[in-house]
Amino acid sequence: MATIHIDGEPHETRDGENLLQAVLEAGVDLPYFCWHPELGSVGACRQCAVKQFNGPDDKRGRIVMACMTPATEGAIISVSDPEAKEFRGEVVEWLMTNHPHDCPVCEEGGECHLQDMTVMTGHRARRYRFEKRTHRNQDLGPFVKHEMNRCISCYRCVRFYRDYAGGQDLAAFASHNNMYFGRAESGTLESPFAGNLIEVCPTGVFTDKQFSKTYSRKWDMRGAPSVCAHCSVGCNTIVNERAGTVRRTINRYNDEVNRYFLCDRGRYGHGYANADTRIRVVGQLIDGVHHQVPSQAAISHFATFAEDGPVIGIGSARASLETNYALRSLVGAAQFSTGLAEPAHGLTLLAADILRTTPAHTPSLHDVEQCDAVFMLGEDALSTAPRLGLSMRQATRHASFLNADRNRIPRWMDASVRMMGQDFISPLMIATPAATGLDDCAVLTQHAAPDDLARLGFAVAHLIDEAAPAVPGLTEAESTVAGRIAEALLAADKPLVVSGTQLGSAALMQAAASIAAALMVRGKPAALSLVLPDANSMGVALMGGLSLDAVCDMARDGKVGTLIVAEADLTRQLAPERVEALLGQVRHFVLIDHSESPLIERAELVLPAAPITHSGGTMVNMEGRAQRFLPVAFPEGPVEVSWRWLRDFAESIGQDDRMAWQTLDDVVAAIARELTVFARIGEAAPSEQYMLESGHIRSQTARVSGRTAIRSHISVRDQPVPPMPDSPLSPTMEGTYSTSMPGALVPYYHAPGWNSEQSLNRFQQEIGGPMRGGYPGVRLVDAAEAVWSSAHYSTDLPETFAPRDGSILLLPESRIFGSEELSALAPAIAERAEPAVVRMAGDGPSEVTLTLDGIRHRLPVLRDDSLPPGLAFYPAHMTLRAFAAPVWVSLETAEALA
Amino acid sequence: MSIVETPASGVPAGTPPEFPQDLRDKIADMVAHEHHARGAAIEAMRLTQKRFGWLCDAHMREIAKLCSMSMADLDGIATFFNLLFRKPVGENVVMLCDSVSCWLMGEEKVRARFCEKLGIKRGQTTPDGKVTFLPIVCLGHCDHAPAMLVNEELYGNVDTETVDRVIDQMKNGSVRGES
Repeated sequence: MATIHIDGEPHETRDGENLLQAVLEAGVDLPYFCWHPELGSVGACRQCAVKQFNGPDDKRGRIVMACMTPATEGAIISVSDPEAKEFRGEVVEWLMTNHPHDCPVCEEGGECHLQDMTVMTGHRARRYRFEKRTHRNQDLGPFVKHEMNRCISCYRCVRFYRDYAGGQDLAAFASHNNMYFGRAESGTLESPFAGNLIEVCPTGVFTDKQFSKTYSRKWDMRGAPSVCAHCSVGCNTIVNERAGTVRRTINRYNDEVNRYFLCDRGRYGHGYANADTRIRVVGQLIDGVHHQVPSQAAISHFATFAEDGPVIGIGSARASLETNYALRSLVGAAQFSTGLAEPAHGLTLLAADILRTTPAHTPSLHDVEQCDAVFMLGEDALSTAPRLGLSMRQATRHASFLNADRNRIPRWMDASVRMMGQDFISPLMIATPAATGLDDCAVLTQHAAPDDLARLGFAVAHLIDEAAPAVPGLTEAESTVAGRIAEALLAADKPLVVSGTQLGSAALMQAAASIAAALMVRGKPAALSLVLPDANSMGVALMGGLSLDAVCDMARDGKVGTLIVAEADLTRQLAPERVEALLGQVRHFVLIDHSESPLIERAELVLPAAPITHSGGTMVNMEGRAQRFLPVAFPEGPVEVSWRWLRDFAESIGQDDRMAWQTLDDVVAAIARELTVFARIGEAAPSEQYMLESGHIRSQTARVSGRTAIRSHISVRDQPVPPMPDSPLSPTMEGTYSTSMPGALVPYYHAPGWNSEQSLNRFQQEIGGPMRGGYPGVRLVDAAEAVWSSAHYSTDLPETFAPRDGSILLLPESRIFGSEELSALAPAIAERAEPAVVRMAGDGPSEVTLTLDGIRHRLPVLRDDSLPPGLAFYPAHMTLRAFAAPVWVSLETAEALA
Repeated sequence: MSIVETPASGVPAGTPPEFPQDLRDKIADMVAHEHHARGAAIEAMRLTQKRFGWLCDAHMREIAKLCSMSMADLDGIATFFNLLFRKPVGENVVMLCDSVSCWLMGEEKVRARFCEKLGIKRGQTTPDGKVTFLPIVCLGHCDHAPAMLVNEELYGNVDTETVDRVIDQMKNGSVRGES
């Protein structure tokens, strides 16, 4: 702790801060552009100038850049000093000479850091009367819109895109007034984190192209805290809505999870909520055709179905905990399925099992960033959990920070730390079947088949702790690689092992768990991170249930009267003929979902569910963190959150005593009561009753417009605003707002004088620290439940991979864009997704025909020499819908066919 | 600016010649001697420009590959430097300083003379491909302002007579410095 004096007032600051951070944390307004809380300082914009005095007797002082000056004990500075103010006024005037002042037509207007800072400096009349330089803009793809004329050359974009996210195709061109930030030529930005440029850019150079199509000002939209539904990381988001449609997704800060950045799948995946594929009516199959029926009629029909034999429920890893629990309650635990077929079912349960038993620490994303050696085993985490990949990239910087410490350079001094640290790279070691997007920052890459990767992993564990089983028959090369990995992990202070379910291999996950456990045995505080396929995979795993295969067996044995499927697309889990068989063997099939799937045609009853943008609920991410999402839009017409449909079903068959839930809180309480593992989910977010001292938190801003006028073409009568179910937020502008509200309830960021997302500084206890109002979600499994011993080491070692003649092991390639179920329905993601191709090594044919589940598929081939022979990658779920696990396929080339 | 995005002007670019093997070897050798491959980027571009007069996209891509850089990264460097040309230039390149000292000492007059005699504006090349006329930042020759660079020769105390003489020399094919 140090005490500094800002304009005569003493303020406590944290050690190692710079003056800008100290001033902002003290609640004083000081304008800045190039500094960013996650990117550090470079002193490029000169906007945060303050006067610093050498001591109480120094009356003259000197101008310093606050972001480049450490806050030292006893420092005396003045923000309001006339000379400093004048300096800042001139800087902003200068930066603005070429700015087009096109705020009325700019998407950034109203949430623009440049606007805020210009007002903050008091620059209100422009004197520059010459011609402005203009630029040509580029087409940067479906996500990001480019308007270079607005640029003030702060360099934040390239610092984020290149330095932080490892992107290569965005650069700073030319010099002086001609500075240009863009690509070498027009084209889609390659980085899967490009969307963050929208928030990183302090003005309107990079804006949201999709949002721009149905644009609304920030102050005109309703906001609600949400949780990303598109992978198992569980990034926190704010979703915006106006006039019934979801408009955009932006980052919501959670100091332990996603912090300042999202991936583009998460930012643009919400498009499914507006898409034509949404189910909006209740449908009943009569004579082979779906007819629209009233909700009550559908519920009565279910009651008659239920008399026709046992009811089996199939839940889903993309549905909330509440929906899964409601289904489980309705049908009974023994009749509830996770909605996952083998091997996904077993692997997901195994991940939960490892989470509960491992002696290693389960890291949050922020913990991952602090690790100093990372071993990624058999999971391309950048594709399956993109935000985790970004955190792993940050972990490679650890050594450069230590180098900076040794040279007494503060860690926030970004350019110096990076320049000096070029050759100080913390080890990231990658063992996967093929090259990944993280290879550029890896010190070691090993490409092999899943079984060989698992063997390598077990070998590493054995090298670290001899009690772990030895791997017989390793090649010399494999032993060397294992030795290097073990050595690097042992040399680290905080080693991390990452694996997951991507390659459908339990052995891989066991190997990763063994390495982490072995490191713990050797006294290293190891971390273990296992990536799962879906947003609530861990929630479903902790709840448990039957596999789909078991349900198929029950159906075959005639033990299924009615099958209820809640928010699951079975065609992604089961091969077509198995789906056919299953549906043919049940008497009634009821589907509750928000988006159409091939199942819909077969369903006797189709009930429209609310997607997460229209409902409240809880999801559990891969680290076992329960997080609440709240509705931002009102469910329209008969659309209901799935658990309400299930509650009504229960009532219709006289089971309402156990499921008489009115609100989300009732369900949450019931889950916490019944299932010990979920005892704490109530702590994920405040209850629906939550109020600030002066009332409920409003979900619309105080200046929202058009509340009555927006319907005036239909009716001029005032409409009462419907209540927002399951949310503590007020559905309108009525209510209250505070920068110290719980982090789980933030509907939008705003602080006096700060209209952009940079106002976040005012919501944090300290810059980059926890939210003032807390609530980062609740970790359900924080410490191992049982004492670990070496008897827990898995001894299930696979054999060496043996290629087969005429066949190839087809592995599921996870695509950031295209292979995840819901985001693939979003038009923007579909546009960004590249065509599905088979990746294989060697100078082979340009097309292959392979036979999978009895169906022949003719597929284009892309040469990828990073793959070992005998293996091929094909995107999971993209054109072969159910394909998501490794499978041997016989291969015919196009020539052979001819 | 991104050169690639701006419409071509002046000398037609035409199809770029193959990137010669000897140049490729030379650059690969330079890369091998650098601590980081990208350290060779500027010299690689200088050598290529020396051979071809300017840096076309195809050659830039070759250099980027040799230096393990992205095209954007390399082009960011190329466009920073005034003496690396990303568009074709004429046989002679006249770069007239437009910084403060030179402006005070009559750069505008000199510029007007060039434009008038060559029949082009700043940033253009004469139709016969003889001369490209460009502005440049301070040449460090302020004590002899206005200053200019013709090809690699520095000129000081430039006046309209110097302009006439230099243009004559360029037409006759020989330019010598006189500072």
